[in-house]
Amino acid sequence: MAEATYDGQVVSVNDEGFFTEPEQWTETMAPQIAKADGIDQLTDRHWQVVRFMRHEYQTKGTAPTVRVLGKVSGVSVRELYQLFPKGPAKIAAKIAGIPKPRGCI
Amino acid sequence: MSGTIEKVSIIVSKGSLEGIYPALIMANGARAEGIEANLFFTFFGLDAISKKRHEHIKIAGVGNPGLHLATLVGGMPGVPGLLTSYMERKMDKLDIPPIPEFLEMIADTGAGLYGCQASCDLFGLTKDDLIGQVKDIITVGEFYALAAGGQIIFT
Repeated sequence: MAEATYDGQVVSVNDEGFFTEPEQWTETMAPQIAKADGIDQLTDRHWQVVRFMRHEYQTKGTAPTVRVLGKVSGVSVRELYQLFPKGPAKIAAKIAGIPKPRGCI
Repeated sequence: MSGTIEKVSIIVSKGSLEGIYPALIMANGARAEGIEANLFFTFFGLDAISKKRHEHIKIAGVGNPGLHLATLVGGMPGVPGLLTSYMERKMDKLDIPPIPEFLEMIADTGAGLYGCQASCDLFGLTKDDLIGQVKDIITVGEFYALAAGGQIIFT
């Protein structure tokens, strides 16, 4: 277990940098997390995905994979990869302060 | 974390359902992890990207001990089709996309789809015979150039 500091708050993260306690997350931490993953500016489109991920996690207990995101988030698979080149579901989950989605498809 | 995979190039050489899906899942999964991915379709693997065949990929009914079916039964007319529709229904329940849709999605992730030049020559296929997502038909030398610096997986 490791710690990270975002927006002046110390939070618990795992080895890959995913929040282990999602309730520690606030929206003001997102830009800093994004920057560390190579996304300099969080646009409205990024936020649409990040908020969707967080909402799905909070309602269902797990976050969706890219395939599900592409079908239901309102952002196409192609655009998802333009927004999050290092892996849409993975990076959006990290920015959203939730665990990494598990799933092979 | 010591050592990360930055790029994979996956060779698809078989034209059966069970020969194609693992490669597609691995390519798609690589992209989901932010890993660069290329798919190179050779020999019967070309069926996966052939306009005429990619919607009709079947499970191998014979020569497939994993089915636990007598060879004579697996070889009966219609049996591979039945096995395939059974498998496709199970996959659909798990939200595993059919091959044409999966290929489209994989292309959308930014992975490169390529046909093998020698195999296309052998089967008399041109780029027009392959689905639109295929970037190019390339030689083995060009494949190695493309794969340089990454991992190569043969399926």
